Amino acid sequence: MTSNPPDDHLVLTQNIAEWRRYLLRQSAIQEEDADELESHLRDEIDALIGAGLAADEAFLVATKRLGQIAAISHEFAEVHAGRLWRNLVFSPATSSASLLTVLLLALVAAIAIKAPLLFGVSMASHEWFFAYNISLFCLPMLAAYWVIERQLGQRGWLFVGSCTLFAAIYMNAMPWQPGGDTAVLAMLHLPLLLWFMVGVTYSGNWWRSDAKQMDFIRFSGEYFIYFVLVALGGAVLTAFTIGIFSFIDIDVEWFASQWIIPCGAMGAVVIVGYLVGAKQGAIETMAPVLARIFTPLFTLLLSVFLMVMLVTGKGFNLERDVLLGLNMMLILVLGLVLYSVSSKAPAQGPSLFDYLQLLLVATALCVDLLALLAIGGRILELGLTPNRIAVLGANLLLLTSLAGYAWYYFLFIRARVGFVQLEQWQIKLIPFYVAWAAVVVFLLPLAFRFA
Amino acid sequence: MNLSKDLMAASSTPIVLGVIAEGETYGYEIVKRVEELSGGILTWTDGMMYPLLHRLEKQGYLVARWRLADSGRKRKYYAITDLGKQAILEQRQQWQLINNALNTLWNNPYDFQPA
Repeated sequence: MTSNPPDDHLVLTQNIAEWRRYLLRQSAIQEEDADELESHLRDEIDALIGAGLAADEAFLVATKRLGQIAAISHEFAEVHAGRLWRNLVFSPATSSASLLTVLLLALVAAIAIKAPLLFGVSMASHEWFFAYNISLFCLPMLAAYWVIERQLGQRGWLFVGSCTLFAAIYMNAMPWQPGGDTAVLAMLHLPLLLWFMVGVTYSGNWWRSDAKQMDFIRFSGEYFIYFVLVALGGAVLTAFTIGIFSFIDIDVEWFASQWIIPCGAMGAVVIVGYLVGAKQGAIETMAPVLARIFTPLFTLLLSVFLMVMLVTGKGFNLERDVLLGLNMMLILVLGLVLYSVSSKAPAQGPSLFDYLQLLLVATALCVDLLALLAIGGRILELGLTPNRIAVLGANLLLLTSLAGYAWYYFLFIRARVGFVQLEQWQIKLIPFYVAWAAVVVFLLPLAFRFA
Repeated sequence: MNLSKDLMAASSTPIVLGVIAEGETYGYEIVKRVEELSGGILTWTDGMMYPLLHRLEKQGYLVARWRLADSGRKRKYYAITDLGKQAILEQRQQWQLINNALNTLWNNPYDFQPA
């Protein structure tokens, strides 16, 4: 390039910068792809200049050879379906209509939870009725939102309607013992099944493609973060409402606890689903940050916990609360891994953070193994109960998924497989989680006669 | 001679995988190598190579790494995985099958008379 006057060089740099800007305006092409294409363009230009072309000619020929940007972008969109999906959500034509839809559905959910009042069923008098049905008031509305948004038509309505009706009849017509073990287990696992129903409608193609399933995992993770944020906001609002009225000696606490909180929570479940779709960009930067902050801390916690267990020789105290808390923690670890996996750019090589992640998964695996041993021992000693079966199944599932993560992370760090296999592993496990939830909701109570 | 579009599309996966199996490489070099291999007949639109590379990476046949080249330029290098090697083997069997079938047909003196 030394043979060219400096002017030429400057023009070339400007030309390339402009070409790159145009490239990045294509929604399916991201910064990293532009880097890759630009590197190719520069190689080509260098070769052409070496063959005797002037800089501006070389630029023209090189861009021509690289091909039409629209066509390339189209191909990229096919490969990376997630990027295309974001464009669909952001297209301004749908947004105001969807806002109206989601507000209406949120209103329906809020009314639904107070509707039993008309029949004299209040939260104070029928505590268990609300506990069994709480997820049935809101999650079907969220599924309905996606039926409308994804234009699933009659089949979608039929699917959501029949699932909901079946679950509602099952939860209310069976001879449950209020507060019995199987009832509580079914109550805890039903939301998982309903969440899968939301996932099927969310995917828009009846859960068919890997890309859509991966998208739903991301959606779930982001949904959780957003829901916590909205709940915090709601708590502040409620506290202020109560406080400000107490200044003028009017007690509105009953109103807050009976109307604002339940109606607000039900509405929030629906609205957060819309927010995650519409404002995805904001969260995309947040989930990785959270994962980066908490991965080292959780790794530390679990390692110390393991060491204390080994040194003191203390085993798990097998109360229901202990096991539930333990499972929650393992699920949280799974969530952390999930955030990092979904937010990682697949082409990056392993970094220090990945080693840490592997360590986190490995320690969690050890803790889970110890818990499983404890549960297994308990079952051998004292026999099967619904609680023990549910915990055993959940821990086996956790063990399998953690072991898979550990294995793929190990291979990834040794540069034997790409990051894609890790994502695939995530997707493959979903049906098993759902199947297990179905077993706990439907089969366990039958086997134990709704005790 | 111009190759048909369908044939180009179908052959691009085994060719790209084969080139990368020769050793870790990047997009521009792959394009040049393919041109060289086909005596200049097989020329893709260069940009279309990248979505294909990304697809193969997603399928687990390739792993990609960013690396600084000797020229000081950042480049994305692709290497073959074990799964990719398997895919090459499968592709090879399929193409050989077709190749054999066509060879038998076209070497049969009763059926085939060139105009």
